[in-house]
Amino acid sequence: MTDSTTDSQQNVVRDITSRMANQPGALLPILHGIQDELGYVPPDAVPTIADALNLSRADVHGVISFYHYFRTTPPGKHTVYLCRAESCQSMGGVALEAHVKQRLGIDYHETTSDGVVSLEPMYCLGNCACSPALMVDKEVLGRVTAEGFDTLLKTLKEGA
Amino acid sequence: MATVYVPRDSSAVSLGAERVAEAIRREAAQRGVELKLVRNGSRGLYWAEPMVEVSTVAGRVAYGPVQPQDVPGLFDAGFLEGKSHALSLGATEEILYLKNQERLTNARVGITDPVSLEDYLSHDGYRGLKNALAMQPADIVKEVTDSGLRGRGGAAFPTGIKWNTVLNAPSDQKYIVCNADEGDSGTFSDRMIMEGDPFVLIEGMTIAGLAVGATQGYIYLRVEYPNALTILNEAIAAAYRAGYLGQSLCGSGKSFDLEVRVGAGAYVCGEETALLESLEGKRGLVRFKPPLPAIVGLFGKPTIVNNVISLASVPIILDKGGTHYRDFGMGRSRGTLPIQLAGNIKRPGLIEKAFGVTLREILYDYGGGSASGRPIRAVQVGGPLGAFLPESQFDTPLDYEAFAALWAVLGHGGIVAFDDTVDMARMARYAMEFCAAESCGKCTPCRIGSTRGVEVMDRIIANREHDKNLLLLRDLCDTMLGGSLCALGGMTPYPVLSALNHFPEDFGAAKPEAA
Repeated sequence: MTDSTTDSQQNVVRDITSRMANQPGALLPILHGIQDELGYVPPDAVPTIADALNLSRADVHGVISFYHYFRTTPPGKHTVYLCRAESCQSMGGVALEAHVKQRLGIDYHETTSDGVVSLEPMYCLGNCACSPALMVDKEVLGRVTAEGFDTLLKTLKEGA
Repeated sequence: MATVYVPRDSSAVSLGAERVAEAIRREAAQRGVELKLVRNGSRGLYWAEPMVEVSTVAGRVAYGPVQPQDVPGLFDAGFLEGKSHALSLGATEEILYLKNQERLTNARVGITDPVSLEDYLSHDGYRGLKNALAMQPADIVKEVTDSGLRGRGGAAFPTGIKWNTVLNAPSDQKYIVCNADEGDSGTFSDRMIMEGDPFVLIEGMTIAGLAVGATQGYIYLRVEYPNALTILNEAIAAAYRAGYLGQSLCGSGKSFDLEVRVGAGAYVCGEETALLESLEGKRGLVRFKPPLPAIVGLFGKPTIVNNVISLASVPIILDKGGTHYRDFGMGRSRGTLPIQLAGNIKRPGLIEKAFGVTLREILYDYGGGSASGRPIRAVQVGGPLGAFLPESQFDTPLDYEAFAALWAVLGHGGIVAFDDTVDMARMARYAMEFCAAESCGKCTPCRIGSTRGVEVMDRIIANREHDKNLLLLRDLCDTMLGGSLCALGGMTPYPVLSALNHFPEDFGAAKPEAA
C-alpha cells in the first residue's frame, strides 16, 4: 500500500470503529470489519481503535497479535490457507504442503513476489472427510492433488 | 415439476457441488425442463458427494458422486424420474450407510433446505420450543437432566447440571453461549448442523434461554467456517422475521436475542473460558476456575457455554421427552453421538449412532477400511488432543467410560484413520508442535513444555541420546498433564504418550514388554 491510500484507509477504520464501538465486546468485530474491508489491520489503525474503545494501544495490539487470523501487512491478491491437521496428513497433506511451497516459492506467512498469492497454514477446515483440503480466500477445496493445485494456481495467476 | 437437491454444505461444495448445481440449471434450461433446485445440507455420505437427489413418487433417490460432465447423461437417463444411471445409489433412505444410523440430532440434516423455516416446521421443527414455552424453567432443566445428555464438545459434563447451576444463580442478566469454535481436527459435525439445519441450533439455544432465564445468546463461530456464517445469519434473520427470536417468542411475551460472533483462528478459544474472554474482545487467555462460567461467565454474568451438538440435541429432548433420548446409548453415555469418520478411509462421513457401537464397526462396516487399501494401523479419536489407538483396541465401544479406561477420550466424536505408512513419532512431534502454536501462553507447562516437547521429539527422531530423551519426554508429559491450566497443555500428552506406548518401534524404543 502506498502512502496516498493511508487517508482513505483511516476513513475506513474510523467508520467501522465508530459504527461498531457500542456493542458489547466490540474489539473482535471491529478488527474483522477492518480486515474484511482492507485485507489487513494496518498498524496505524491501532490508536484510532484504542481511542474509541477506551483501551490502551498495548491492549489493542495484544489482541491483534494473539489471533492467527489477523494480519498487519497487506495480503496478496489471494490467500491460500493450507490445512496441516492430522486427517489431511493421513491423506498426503505433507507432500502436498511441500509441493505448494515449492510451486509458490514461499513459506507460510509469505506472499509471492508477483503479489498474487499469500500462503497461511490452517489447523483444520472441517473438511476432514475430503482430505487433503485447502481454502482459497473463502472457497474450500477438497481432495486436492498436486495437479489440482497447479490448475488452481494457473487460474489465480491468469485472473491476476 | 421435479425437485432436485444439490447440497450447499462446504464439503460437498469443496468437491464441486456448486458447479454441479449450475450444470443442472443450465441443462434444464437448454432442454426446456422445469425443475425446482433445492440447496440442502449434506447427508454426510461424503464418499458420494457431490450427491444429487431427486424427489420421486417412491421417495428420494440419490446419485453420486456427480461431476458437472455427468449432468447431461443424468438427464438422458431420466434421473428426474429416478431412473437408473451408472451413478445411481438407489433410494436415499435405503443406503445402508444411512439406513443403519440412529439420527436424532441430525434428523433433518441433508433432507431440508437449511434456511427454509417452512421446511423446518414441516419436519417437526419448533415442537420442542412449543413445549418449553408451556413449562416452568425448572421443568425444562429437569427434562434435559433426565435425558442424560452430556456435553458433546468433548468434556462430557452433564448438561442438565450445568443448566441447573445457571438457573439457580440470581442475576439481572444471563447468557447462552454456543461454542461453535469447532477446532478439533477430524471433526465437522458442528459445521454440518450449522450448514445443514441451523434452526435446530437456534431452537436449542432459545430453549436454553427459557430454561435459565437468559435473554441473550451468542454463537461463537470459528472464522474457518465462512459458509456456516452465511447460512446461520440467513436462518437467524428468518427466525426473527417469523417471531421465533426477538421480543416476544411466538407471542409469549418472553424474549431471546441471538447473534453470531466470529473467532479469529485461535484453537484455544474452543476452551470455554478463553472463548468468553474472546467474546469480551480480549486475548483468548484461559481463566482460572473457579468461579465457573455458570456463576461468573460472559461479562461477569451467569452463562451457559455449550457445544453446538449439545444445544442442537435439546429440541428433540423437549419434543419427545428426556426418556426417549435416554433410551439410546449404553452405561452413562446416553443418547446418540454424531461420529465423524475421516482421514485415510474409503467411505468417510457423518455417522450418528447410539453410544456403544465399536470402533471396528465404524472403521470397516461403515468406513470400508482404508482409502489406500493398506491396513489401518492407528486411529486418533477425539481431535488433536485425543489418544491414538492401535488395532488391538478397535473393539472398544464408543462410550465415554470405556475410552477413559484405555486412557483415551471420545471428545467431540472425530475419528481419523491412518494406514501403515504413518510415522507415529512424527505424529507425536506434530502434537507438541500444534500445542506450541496454539498455546494461549498463560501457564508454563503448556507454553514452554510444548516447545521443549518439539525439541525433545526432534532429538528422539534424530536418535540422539535416545534413552535419556525418552525419559525426558515422559517426564515433560507428566508435568504438562498435571500442571496445565486447561486441556490444551493438559491433554497434549494423550497423543504423544499413546503414540509412544502403542507404537514404540517408531520411536526407536524397545517394545514395552522388554522395557
